[in-house]
Amino acid sequence: MDTFVQQLINGLNIGAIYALIALGYTMVYGILRLINFAHGDVYMVGAFAGYFLALSLGLAAAPSFLSLGIVLVGSMLIAAVVGVIIERFAYRPVRKYSRMTTLIMAIGVSLLIENLFVAQIGAAPRAFPDFLGSQSQLPYRLFGNAAISKAQIVIFLVSVALMVLLQWIVYKTKVGTAMRAVSFNLNSAKLMGINTDAIISLTFGIGSALAAAGGVLTAQYNPNIDPLMGILTGLKAFVAAVLGGIGNIPGAVLGGLLIGAAETFVVGYGHHIGIASTYRDAVAFAILILVLLIRPSGLLGSTVQEKV
Amino acid sequence: MPTFIKRILGLVIVVFLLVAVNAWMGREGLFGFGLPYYYAEILNLTGISIILAVSLNLITGFTGQFSIGHAGFMAVGAYASVFMTVYYSDSAEQWLTSLLGATLAQSLVFLGVIIVGALVAALAGLVVGIPSLRLRGDYLAIVTLGFAEIIRIVILNIDRVGGATGFRGRVPPWDGRLIIPAYANFIWIGGFAIITIVVVYNIVNSDVGRALISIREDELASEAMGVNTTRYKVIAFVISSSFAGIAGALFGHFRQFLHTNDFQFIRSIEIIIMIVLGGMGSITGAVLGAIVITILPELLRKLPGDLYGYRLVIYSALLILIMLTRPQGVMGAKEFGISWLKRAQRRPEGDKPIGEKGVPIAQQSTSPNLDQPKEIEHR
Amino acid sequence: MKRTLLALLLITTLFVSFACERRGGVTNGGGSGPILVGYYGDLSGRTSSFGQSTKNGVEMAADEINKAGGIDGRQIQIITEDDQGEPNKAATVVTKLINQDRVAALLGEVASSNSLAAAPKAQEAKVPMISPSSTNPAVTQVGDYIFRVCFIDPFQGEVMAKFSANNLKAKRAAILYDFNSDYSRGLYQFFKRSFESQGGQIVSEQSYTQGDRDFSGQLTAIRAANPDVIYVPGYYGEIGVISNQTKQLGIKAPLLGGDGWDAPQLWDLGGASLNGNYISNHYSVDDPSPAIQKFVADYKARYNILPDALAALGYDSMKVLADAIKRAGTTENVKLRDAIAQTKNFPGVTGQITIDKDRNAVKPAVVLKLQNSKFVYETTISPEGSSEPVATNN
Repeated sequence: MDTFVQQLINGLNIGAIYALIALGYTMVYGILRLINFAHGDVYMVGAFAGYFLALSLGLAAAPSFLSLGIVLVGSMLIAAVVGVIIERFAYRPVRKYSRMTTLIMAIGVSLLIENLFVAQIGAAPRAFPDFLGSQSQLPYRLFGNAAISKAQIVIFLVSVALMVLLQWIVYKTKVGTAMRAVSFNLNSAKLMGINTDAIISLTFGIGSALAAAGGVLTAQYNPNIDPLMGILTGLKAFVAAVLGGIGNIPGAVLGGLLIGAAETFVVGYGHHIGIASTYRDAVAFAILILVLLIRPSGLLGSTVQEKV
Repeated sequence: MPTFIKRILGLVIVVFLLVAVNAWMGREGLFGFGLPYYYAEILNLTGISIILAVSLNLITGFTGQFSIGHAGFMAVGAYASVFMTVYYSDSAEQWLTSLLGATLAQSLVFLGVIIVGALVAALAGLVVGIPSLRLRGDYLAIVTLGFAEIIRIVILNIDRVGGATGFRGRVPPWDGRLIIPAYANFIWIGGFAIITIVVVYNIVNSDVGRALISIREDELASEAMGVNTTRYKVIAFVISSSFAGIAGALFGHFRQFLHTNDFQFIRSIEIIIMIVLGGMGSITGAVLGAIVITILPELLRKLPGDLYGYRLVIYSALLILIMLTRPQGVMGAKEFGISWLKRAQRRPEGDKPIGEKGVPIAQQSTSPNLDQPKEIEHR
Repeated sequence: MKRTLLALLLITTLFVSFACERRGGVTNGGGSGPILVGYYGDLSGRTSSFGQSTKNGVEMAADEINKAGGIDGRQIQIITEDDQGEPNKAATVVTKLINQDRVAALLGEVASSNSLAAAPKAQEAKVPMISPSSTNPAVTQVGDYIFRVCFIDPFQGEVMAKFSANNLKAKRAAILYDFNSDYSRGLYQFFKRSFESQGGQIVSEQSYTQGDRDFSGQLTAIRAANPDVIYVPGYYGEIGVISNQTKQLGIKAPLLGGDGWDAPQLWDLGGASLNGNYISNHYSVDDPSPAIQKFVADYKARYNILPDALAALGYDSMKVLADAIKRAGTTENVKLRDAIAQTKNFPGVTGQITIDKDRNAVKPAVVLKLQNSKFVYETTISPEGSSEPVATNN
């Protein structure tokens, strides 16, 4: 039983990170119908922004919640700017073309960011500073062998707080209303006097900031950061967004948590049902194909009728 | 129907001609004539790239369905055919050798395993295509990506094909061949590159091709006109995958070593870059793109120290630049040839010739709507 | 159709223009110009930190030799090519190094899969190749021109199995290996075989892939199996985190590893949680022997970072090659091959290197204990006689 609870905690923890990144995918897709392949790399940029920020401000020597807060907010801001720049200079000029063009552009941006980082700082992993001291401290025991670490608690709480904040922005503010309007119909929104370009920029900014938060938080749990860390995590987060129903914000959260839990349980219990733990990385993609077969709009998504 | 049979017959004749020429020239193929190994190597890799790019262009350029798992189908074909060669072709080759002599026997065995690779890849294409091609366009992109990843993980789990070490021949228990025989030479690779070009050219200029192009231009309108869009998309996808399988089979018997690291996501992207560079919906463009993208990295090796480290950055920046300036690719949907050069001379402005004699109709209508602003659809 | 034909014609022309360069001889035999040595490795892909370390070691060794007057007055010139960590590209760049640059010998690769793709090219052209750190037994089985200066997987797996059974008195072992790496899978396989033959029991086998962020699922499953030791034959990037998460889950069993752990970044990533773990390695950075201390100091001065095992192996591969060229008195391929094969008790940084009849390096392994950000010498385990011929592809 304690093993099961432990696996559940592990799964939800990794799932919370997937969810934070999936939100960015889902928001951008909701507005532009664009699979933003560079989003996983923004997550990486966020982690590195936090790393260099901590080094340059000398915060690594002063581990505390405050330092983590400063680094978290700082890297979110930097990533938001990066996201807005990517949108402005790469996606906006090709927005008027077909989806395929924008998709290829997204792949190009993703490759550019990765290659630039590898060429500039090398592919060797770096150690992110441990602000919580949780890596040298034993976790809190729940019962039996099941335990939860400080980093896990923080990841979970901050993720939930950010998701609630996002939900509030989207549903309770004027900007959020505009975002929903643009997502519903870009041209009508424009006719209603909404500055759609600004709203799209804002969406990229918010999505990128959330990804950066994911990057910094996961680095509290796993200090290993490298320029290619965003590829696999980004892909899985994307699958999470599709699973939950792409374009749907609560769906992205649900999808992230489910993918995280599914992966962990395949590792822990897969052999009981004939799935070797070596197939763990295939699980997310297998789920994706199953979802598309059974319910293409995802768990919480609504069926979109394409109009002529 | 007779044209169909004629074409198939023609294909069979060409393939057997290939077998005969190969048997006559022997294992070294064209390289008996003194081509330096390094260039021979690049030449062969270019031929394989041409097969990959032209076949991907059928589904992505002409049908407008975005597939980012072409390397996955290549891997399926490569592993399936090499598996056959290594474990099951010994006795067949011995028997054929006693009848026909060694070189011809080898050629026939190789032809056999290439067909196996093509069929298995086609089957994989069918399995992936049927669910995802029912759905809206970009789902195919995601599913092909996921499929390629699953294929990679499955291969890593199979010890008989070498797992993470790579596949270079038999694995204990010691049955089958010790190393993968080097069946593929430039006659095979070049020959299949030509076959791919001819087959795709003929498909595009047939009624099937017109249906495919109509799907790219406007799927809903096409469906309204009575085109069974899912059926045609699946047909195109299966043909495209089977050629990727052929490319894989050739690659495996040329390289004599298979490893999943050669069939990763980045490989699929490389093939996409080829057709984006050359122009989506242009066969000659895809060929050009394949040549440039295969040779360019080798030329960039000559860059001096500092720049050398940045060549992949330059490479990706180039992709972005092309998309910003010419999203329809350098060639767009135009084919180039003698008549193209003549027309270019006559009309320096480059306006579109319509209904000109000698220009197939399909060529005129292949211009994707990429260069015109497309209204973002309502939902 | 005309157009297609023209396109084909164009391609043919391009190919023929390629064909216009002559094919020449293969090696740069005698002469008095510089000795060309080709190095190929991953300098821009996922494993580029390994390729870069090895390159540093190779270049430093070559510079030392050149400063000391070269080999019989000839300078060594390293020609480096990047294979991006892809086997296909490795084979292509080796073809280039052999046929275009006419190198006398090749050094590379780190990953066995890339060496396996490239080695047949070297063998076919009869150019000696020394792999600094490809540990899969199959690599040198490609042919008589392929050598290595590192352990092979069976030996290193056996070392740890013996150490845990005899010194740590372990009865139950769990294994956590990198599924995507044949190095890790090789060590896993041979550790398991050896540990079981010593009467031990493997209680849990789990895997991860390079780039994973979270290992707690696997470690929780391992915790449930209650092992005495956990064998983690991976690379340092993941090890620090695995070690940390092991302690977070309250697992007391020590982690055991191989030379893939040895990198200065390990301590940043794992910190205090690494204390009490063991690895098998070629040498210890903290070894007081003057040769090793000089290597470590020079490397630190040159690259401003401590050398990892790959840098040391790259360094040794160049030194072994230079020694063989000197003894052969030529870079002519057959003589050079024989000279490399006769390498005996060469004093490398990574131990006394002797090349055996299977063209593998025979040298003792040291077991090091991890304590307070240092590798502390624990014991030395020597190879038993000649290693049994291992015929496996996996």
